[in-house]
Amino acid sequence: MTAVEDPTSTTAPEAPANQVGQARLRKEDARLITGATTWTDNMVLPGMLHLSVLRSPVAHARISHLDVSAAQQRPNVVAVYTGQDFAEEQGSIPCAWPVTADMVNPGHPSVAVDQVNHVGEAVAVVVARSRSAAADALEAIDIDYESLPVVLDMEEAVQEGADLVHSHTSSNTSYHFVFDAGEAGTGADTDQAFADAEVTVSRRFVQQRLIPAFMEPRSVVVQPQGDNFTMWSATQIPHVLRVMLAMVTGIPEHKLRVIAPDVGGGFGGKLQVCPEEVLALLIARRLGKPVKWTETRSESLMAAHHGRDQVQFIDVAADREGNLKGLRVRLLAGMGAYLRLITPGVPALGAFMFPGIYKFPAYRFECDGVFTNKVPTDAYRGAGRPEATFAIERIMDELAVELGMDPLELRRKNWINAEEFPFTTVAGLEYDSGDYGAATDQALELVGYDELRAEQQRRRESNDPVQLGIGFSTFTEMCGLAPSRVLGSLSYGAGGWESASIRMLPTGKVEVVTGSTPHGQGHETAWSQIVADQLGVPFEDVEVLHGDTAISPRGMDTYGSRSLVVGGTAVVKAAEKVVAKARRIAAHLLEASEDDLEFTGGTFSVKGTPGTGVGIQEVALAVFAAHNYPEGIEPSIDAEATFDPVNFSFPHGTHICAMEVDTDTGFVKIRKYACVDDVGTIVNPMIVEGQMHGGLAQGISQALYEEAIYDAEGNLTTGTFVDYLLPSAADLPHFDTGNTVHPAPGNPLGAKGVGEAGCIASTPAVVNAALDAVRHLGVTDIRMPLTPERVWRAIHTGGDGGDRATAGTNAYGGASTESTAGVSTDASSLGGDR
Amino acid sequence: MTQINVRVDGTSYSDDVEPRTLLVHYLREGLGKVGTVVGCDTSNCGACTVHLDGEAVKSCTVLAVQADGGTVTTIEGIADGGTLHPMQKAFHEMHGLQCGFCTPGMIMASIDLVGDNPDPSDDEVREGIEGNLCRCTGYQNIVRAVQQAAAEMRGTGTASAPAEAVARA
Repeated sequence: MTAVEDPTSTTAPEAPANQVGQARLRKEDARLITGATTWTDNMVLPGMLHLSVLRSPVAHARISHLDVSAAQQRPNVVAVYTGQDFAEEQGSIPCAWPVTADMVNPGHPSVAVDQVNHVGEAVAVVVARSRSAAADALEAIDIDYESLPVVLDMEEAVQEGADLVHSHTSSNTSYHFVFDAGEAGTGADTDQAFADAEVTVSRRFVQQRLIPAFMEPRSVVVQPQGDNFTMWSATQIPHVLRVMLAMVTGIPEHKLRVIAPDVGGGFGGKLQVCPEEVLALLIARRLGKPVKWTETRSESLMAAHHGRDQVQFIDVAADREGNLKGLRVRLLAGMGAYLRLITPGVPALGAFMFPGIYKFPAYRFECDGVFTNKVPTDAYRGAGRPEATFAIERIMDELAVELGMDPLELRRKNWINAEEFPFTTVAGLEYDSGDYGAATDQALELVGYDELRAEQQRRRESNDPVQLGIGFSTFTEMCGLAPSRVLGSLSYGAGGWESASIRMLPTGKVEVVTGSTPHGQGHETAWSQIVADQLGVPFEDVEVLHGDTAISPRGMDTYGSRSLVVGGTAVVKAAEKVVAKARRIAAHLLEASEDDLEFTGGTFSVKGTPGTGVGIQEVALAVFAAHNYPEGIEPSIDAEATFDPVNFSFPHGTHICAMEVDTDTGFVKIRKYACVDDVGTIVNPMIVEGQMHGGLAQGISQALYEEAIYDAEGNLTTGTFVDYLLPSAADLPHFDTGNTVHPAPGNPLGAKGVGEAGCIASTPAVVNAALDAVRHLGVTDIRMPLTPERVWRAIHTGGDGGDRATAGTNAYGGASTESTAGVSTDASSLGGDR
Repeated sequence: MTQINVRVDGTSYSDDVEPRTLLVHYLREGLGKVGTVVGCDTSNCGACTVHLDGEAVKSCTVLAVQADGGTVTTIEGIADGGTLHPMQKAFHEMHGLQCGFCTPGMIMASIDLVGDNPDPSDDEVREGIEGNLCRCTGYQNIVRAVQQAAAEMRGTGTASAPAEAVARA
């Protein structure tokens, strides 16, 4: 492999302290920039067979006829399987998060047995000698469908008498989840707060369906060896996957090894037990041969899970001075046709974040999980929290307009002040630390706020066809998933701990084993920095092992901005144990008392005698030789630790978007984007900045570009990269990022998490900016994504520019009266309750 | 089957291929050049970008038979022994990659871009690589990387651009 130099390394190997905080270049890059990467699809095994999946072209139908005999006769085809072949053994794709006791889970076959419920659902699998032979044989499968009514619109799906996605259920509602602060004892009575309010504003927002669109398509290889199975998969969650596959297939867990080699992005999209993973395992077991399945991009877009998909009804109550009094939220959350791993839990995760950074005295949240004939939804970067942040940050702007207040002034008036941390919110969360004012002040300076406002004024006055708007998002998120007891209280099927172990090798090199499985985040680099500091060994002497259940047997994997906060802390705890064990050996070797030893820069020495002593790497060799160590202890300084956090962490930040809107064409262009985020202590500022950039791109892209669209028959019309607009470099702006640092008190690193921050925060800032540019033209909402057509329509024909007009929209054309009374019928969130 | 002769990363190969075989599949499955990857099926993502006779091409859009008699350079063939190509080095130093899946194509497209335009502005880089999608980085550090590599390639003359183009810059 080509050596990668590290010109930013400013620390000589012999004095390796204080790696944390340095912008160390990534260890991972050496293989990634030279093409020496190990993607799952690169795997070739002797006798390996290839799978190709026939997928339903219809959204809802009974399979009335299925004949695979012609396909089986095709050259190089080894087998063709249908749902009937696996009906007895495929079980259901597991759902680990039954958010309510009476949640309806219709069961999710990996391959449809007699009915299909979304376009793209697997109906047959061809096994052949080559990928192309398998794909060719698909067309020889004879299948007929008997159409059923297609259920696509959530608001129609929940009506009495609506057509059903699953005929054996009584409605399309999977569950009704409620959080009421009054009942929980964390807030006042919400209905009373609204009854007493001087001002209420109600809105209906649409969180469109998004597609995670990781760059590496999903891929899985399974090798059977007797009654043992090894699976390589492009997954975020090898550990969770192993447990779940054992439960689904009945293959004993200890006979199953799951490896996530290099994984090309995930963003929640590979946080799944995929039907194709189950099928590959079952087929490898049946044939006794290694098999590979790699999806095409079109398959990925139609059959891998989507994200978001909510209709949000949100009401806010305040007094005339702008003091917030209450918040009510009702969601229709699209499940799609089935429940996958955490499908129902995503909106529940967001339930606690709608109050944002504000001191609401009263809060009520209700959510209906709704089945439709679309591919299931599940985690996508932020998972529940972007949706919540969007709703609260959008309606804060609407309330500001209603009150005639500056949107920032309204926010300042109601946010939690720096001296109030830790602060228990109306949703019952204890926010750990931060300073919203400081981040905001810094962001205003970074974006050049006063200058932008002056330009906006000039453009208004000159009636410039290109108007300028400025939008804010002052957000927080709950990260570091998660305290296991809290997950238990939310009925989640597992804990939120993370595991790490450290092996001290005889030559002094260090192996760090982490249960947190990376797919682009840079764990190998960051973990090396942490361990270098903890053990006082050179950064280069640390190797980080991950992503293989045989090498890293315990783990909860990577999602929810948890790796550094939980997994990194486990590494610290393991390192502390190593040092404690080494201290005993060192004391023995130095013929000193443990209490007299200090440990600095990797060396144990007797206090007051600098320059003498024994290094921890020498201790490792001494322990290996084991010729001379204290009686009564084992000759090892290796250690393992499991960390279970007691609280979430709460990164926060202020994001400011300046947006140009061409009122003649509807074209929007981000003029400037600045954000200041507090992600706690920063281990590697280069990686943190990179995570911010990537998150911003995805959040901005939700606002401007992306939407998974189904036509009236349930066909995904954005089923290729031609149609699903993933932004290119030319579509995105330059980002100005900054940080404030308030360490998280809940972990020794002080880290809060950064993976999702940009994605969660940016979307409402962008939409608020666009609206700020054209609000004087009577526009009060524009439905995402802000395509030129939608923006133009919103400006020139009213409504939100989307498929349906938002009730109450036109009330803001001038001096508003209707919304002041808080009664815009269709947008009111509690329907019959009011 | 059709016979092709092609030189890839400095080695000459002679193979029989199905006429429908795409260059990227020939590289990956025929030659084991798995550094070049497939990210989509509509030629949008650019992850499969290689150089064919000195020009960047999306190898999912070229038939293997079209490369007959040609010279292909992949991500695996641009380092000079143990020395990284300036573009590889710049992607590393500017943190122009995260998961790294788009990186081979992004690097190959960027080398071609700098060959055509040895001193690209921010906007020129963004437009020049718009045929290559990245989901991780938000592109900002990729732009920085391309500009840093361009500077180094101008300075050291290692650009694959014609000499006169370098001189004009």
